[in-house]
Amino acid sequence: MSGAEKIQVKVTEVTPLNALVTRFRFEAVDGSLLPTFSGGAHTVVEMQDGGITRLNPYSLMSDPYDQSAYTISVRRDDAGRGGSLFMHNQVKTGDEMVISYPVNLFSLDLRARKHLFIAGGIGITPFLAQIHQLEHFNGHWELHYSCRSEALGSYADELSHSHPNKTHIYYDDQDQRIGLQHLLEGQPLGTHVYVCGPKGMIDWVKSTAEAESWPADNIHYEEFLAPQPGKPFQVKLAISNKTIEVGEHESLLEAMEREGVDAPYLCRGGACGQCETRVIDYQGNFIHRDHWLDDNEHASGEKIMPCVSRFEGKTLVLDH
Amino acid sequence: MSKFDFPPSIRSRPIWSSLEARKGTAHLMIADAEGAEAILDIATPELMANSHIIHIPKGKSYSEHLSALNPAQLYEGPSYEAALPRIRRVLTDGHMGLQVYLAGTEGLMGQAMQEMMSAGIPHSAIQTEHHGSTARRMQCVHCKGITEDIETDPYQCSHCGLHLFVRDHYSRRLAAYQGVRVDAEDHGNIPEPKGIYE
Repeated sequence: MSGAEKIQVKVTEVTPLNALVTRFRFEAVDGSLLPTFSGGAHTVVEMQDGGITRLNPYSLMSDPYDQSAYTISVRRDDAGRGGSLFMHNQVKTGDEMVISYPVNLFSLDLRARKHLFIAGGIGITPFLAQIHQLEHFNGHWELHYSCRSEALGSYADELSHSHPNKTHIYYDDQDQRIGLQHLLEGQPLGTHVYVCGPKGMIDWVKSTAEAESWPADNIHYEEFLAPQPGKPFQVKLAISNKTIEVGEHESLLEAMEREGVDAPYLCRGGACGQCETRVIDYQGNFIHRDHWLDDNEHASGEKIMPCVSRFEGKTLVLDH
Repeated sequence: MSKFDFPPSIRSRPIWSSLEARKGTAHLMIADAEGAEAILDIATPELMANSHIIHIPKGKSYSEHLSALNPAQLYEGPSYEAALPRIRRVLTDGHMGLQVYLAGTEGLMGQAMQEMMSAGIPHSAIQTEHHGSTARRMQCVHCKGITEDIETDPYQCSHCGLHLFVRDHYSRRLAAYQGVRVDAEDHGNIPEPKGIYE
């Protein structure tokens, strides 16, 4: 069985926060304690949506030491592949679901003297868990959180209320912007910066910190990619001796799973490297979309990350 | 001739590199003896305008050469210990964007790196370049005592008196190589000391 270990849970609360974001609380079906985790971890939620099994990663936002329940916040994406719509429209209090053990690809670097968090929109969720974690140890942190408007600023009020001196909120519709360069310039030695939000924001923080001569090891980011639709293609799996079709709206990984192939995965978003697959033969072009392989590996035609990357061409033979 | 080619060794052994001028808001350069040469090699007026040089001469005077670079600050002191309060002050007042350059003996670079790491600078971001003596800062694994400037293998621990085999096993936390009793199995059978790299 691929992926992290599974937990059977019951949905015990569904709380709409605003027009776009709803919070879900999960408790173990058998009433047992859930594993502790570390701030920044996500869980992969399994959704039985008609005939399709959707597996979407969501950051855990609850206190990592609270074993009674996990909470996640899901932003509705009307143009997305349907996972967030399923959560918003189908999931009700009392439903039983399957989620994965927590997996952390965005953990705190505890060597840091100070943690500087930069969040955009729903990117606030991993920081909520990290703030809980740091508060247990009187950690040194500061949050700069940019959201579209007061109405859509999930948790902005709670954070400002609980941590008034550490929380800085910026509303787009009031023309408030994070003064990033100034902010980074003023940070004491030993600060680590963490960014979670839209791709543009991640790139902005990475490039500004690099321009300010921050060491690469002090810059942390989390960006989950959702698989993008594309032209259908055919792939031959050498070990399972199967030829399968990858549809327009499914990923290569999902197509393999649909055909009963137990392919490895963790994040399903091109970040963790778990699903790295060797290419045996190909004629055509890869559409690489992951953050895992480097440019040389992308150009080599020897590897593909089936969770987000696609293929266009005649033949593709994989080592599965 | 102050450079030395260290023979390949186990993974634990530090690999010293070459300094290069990096972009940064401030530059802290710490060197002992011939380590000054590594600073002289990369110095430019632009770099020196924001550089704080701390040099421990250990009998090799580079005063004139280093002063001629016209760095923002230059300190020369009798020992690393004497320079330590100044180093700590620079780190306390420092901001992200500070670049660190270490040059000279392994003992100096190791101890300065330890100080940088405790200030939250990742070791991967600290530049180093070896110059001068290849003597080692050693820790006796039995009594934990540190003995500086060890040039021979085996050596005698300056704390407990045991004769110790000089290992390449290095501790970044302690900034020292490990010395293990050479006659542990056959007391008194102590080989004739010779140079570590002979």
